[in-house]
Amino acid sequence: MFSLGLIGLLVRRDLIFVLMSLEVMLNAAGLAFVVAGSRWQQADGQIVFLFILAMAAAEVSVGLALVLQVYHRFKTLDADALSEMKG
Amino acid sequence: MGLLWLIVAIPLSSAIMLAVLGSRFSRSVVTAWGVGSIGSSAVITMLVAADFVSAPPADNAYTEVLWTWIHIAGFQPHIGFYLDALSLVMILVVTFVGFWIHLYSAEFMRHDDGYSRFFAYMNLFVASMLTLVLADNLLLLYLGWEGVGLCSYLLIGFWYRDAANGLAARKAFIVTRVGDTAMLLGLFLLFTSLGTVQIQELMHRASERWAVGSTLAVTAALLLLGGAVGKSAQLPLQVWLPDAMAGPTPTSALIHAATMVTAGVYLVARTHGLFALAPTAQFVVAVTGAATLIVAGCSALTQYDIKRVLAYSTVSQIGYMFLALGVGAWSAAIFHFVTHAFFKALLFLGAGVIIEALHEEHSIFRMGGLRKELPVAFWTFLIAGCSLAGLPFITAGFYSKDLIIWGAWSAAQGHPGFWVVGIVGALLTALYTFRLIFRVFFGPIQTPVSKRPGYAITVPLVILAFFVIVGGYVKEPLLAFVQSTLPTMLEEGAAGMTETLSGGIAALAFLSGLYFAYLFHLQKRSLAEAAVANPAGRVLHAWWCADWGFDWLYDRLFVQPFLWVAQINKNDFIDAFYTGIARLTEALYRALQLAQTGLVRWYAAGIAVGSVLFLAIVVFS
Repeated sequence: MFSLGLIGLLVRRDLIFVLMSLEVMLNAAGLAFVVAGSRWQQADGQIVFLFILAMAAAEVSVGLALVLQVYHRFKTLDADALSEMKG
Repeated sequence: MGLLWLIVAIPLSSAIMLAVLGSRFSRSVVTAWGVGSIGSSAVITMLVAADFVSAPPADNAYTEVLWTWIHIAGFQPHIGFYLDALSLVMILVVTFVGFWIHLYSAEFMRHDDGYSRFFAYMNLFVASMLTLVLADNLLLLYLGWEGVGLCSYLLIGFWYRDAANGLAARKAFIVTRVGDTAMLLGLFLLFTSLGTVQIQELMHRASERWAVGSTLAVTAALLLLGGAVGKSAQLPLQVWLPDAMAGPTPTSALIHAATMVTAGVYLVARTHGLFALAPTAQFVVAVTGAATLIVAGCSALTQYDIKRVLAYSTVSQIGYMFLALGVGAWSAAIFHFVTHAFFKALLFLGAGVIIEALHEEHSIFRMGGLRKELPVAFWTFLIAGCSLAGLPFITAGFYSKDLIIWGAWSAAQGHPGFWVVGIVGALLTALYTFRLIFRVFFGPIQTPVSKRPGYAITVPLVILAFFVIVGGYVKEPLLAFVQSTLPTMLEEGAAGMTETLSGGIAALAFLSGLYFAYLFHLQKRSLAEAAVANPAGRVLHAWWCADWGFDWLYDRLFVQPFLWVAQINKNDFIDAFYTGIARLTEALYRALQLAQTGLVRWYAAGIAVGSVLFLAIVVFS
């Protein structure tokens, strides 16, 4: 699932999809924590998952706001077209 | 006499204060501080002098040790002042003439932006010179010596916005530095071989341990002479002084009259004990003086710039002092220093008035007829000029110069050749002085006068002129006073010559110089032009005008090779190493720049690949 997200992140050019792929990756990490927590019978995994959840919510809100701004500014959501910071 | 330290401390503290707070003060406050400090210093000097004369201390010398400067393994120089007849005469002249120059500057510099800066430098200049003169050990003397050099640099380059002034300042500093290095070596030599830097102790030990004419004594004396030659602008280091005219005119007056150039004369007189042990060195002093006297006199004859004429005349007059020192007429040299200080300060201040009145016009060939326009300047300039040229019986310059010329033959180390040089020098002096006076004050008016001097300028002129006249009549008491410190001239007598006859011939030289100047520069000016027009005259004129080609020679001998070596050295090994580092960094930066594509997905891929690699390393190693 993590790899799936990573591949999505790398091949999609639309920023919305990139963000979604990022979510997938986060979920993968969260799932890994939950699985590990249940494997070793410890509550830590679930606590960290809650953290990840909260962080993901914050990240998505900031990310979406950025995407909106980018769209306002460049009228596109193509990540490759946004290469102004090229050295 | 306990006030001695104040003489140095007042100008010094005033200089520091003006340097730090000067820009916040109003002009009148700056004037009050700048001029007042030197004035109070002069008053204290006079009090000290009165005290010294009325109740002479034991051995005719008074030492005031303030504190120990350094204390390392037996090396223990003090901050201490040593007052005897020689240093007393010097500080009297420095503070007194210095005060009038400061008063004059208060008006002369009134419109300058750097008013407070100017007074800070001037005060520091006087303070350094006083330190130099009063120092009881060679190290403190050297401190004053360098302080004087620094201040001359600052003041010559005072109008720093003009690059030429900066160059002149640098030249003065570097050329005198050549002499300073020699002097420093001499100082080291004296300390290592005699183990002290206290001047009196040093002279004492030197005469005890060294035989007359021993190599060490001669070497040390010659090295000290090197310093004196640099500071006093004698051959072959005289090139800086004419260029030093780039500074404001009061500065020139101060450099030429009271401070700086007389430091060399003072140094030789102060260390007379050492020079007495080294007849060779003393002979070199006399020859240097004699040569400089003639060379600078000829150069003065050909200059156009009023201040440069005066500069060369200073070089030439200091040549007289060196000649006197060299033949052992110590007190005559000091007497000439005193009279020279008065009339040269007066000449420079007068030249400042003229230049300001004529819109910064420096060339004497575009001046003329100023006799009626600037009467005060004319009369004072005339008095000073007569004194410089040695007008018999009236002026101070005659008495002092006559004494030197007589001493040049009759003294123990004297020689008829020196006497001839002295007479020729007197002729040249009269010639260039009256050339200057006739060109500037007589003849038709060429540039209209635009500005007349105020009281702060005329009062110093008149007072200095008074002292120029009176100076000659204090000859006997002054000589007697100075001889309490300096050895009396050993008279050997001159075959077929008496003092009166020598004086008569000197007066004759003056008169013929006056006559030729009158002929060439007032009555028949075409004669002067004709003399320059023929080929031999033109070559000679150009040669003398360019200071006998010394600048050209030094440029070829030292400056160009140095620049050439510097050019080669620009890409030496060490430089190549550092340039290499710079190149490498640049190349790396170019390589890394390629990675910065601006494509977010490439960055993400980079992070992914990097973390996979990192994990792989952690797991498999």
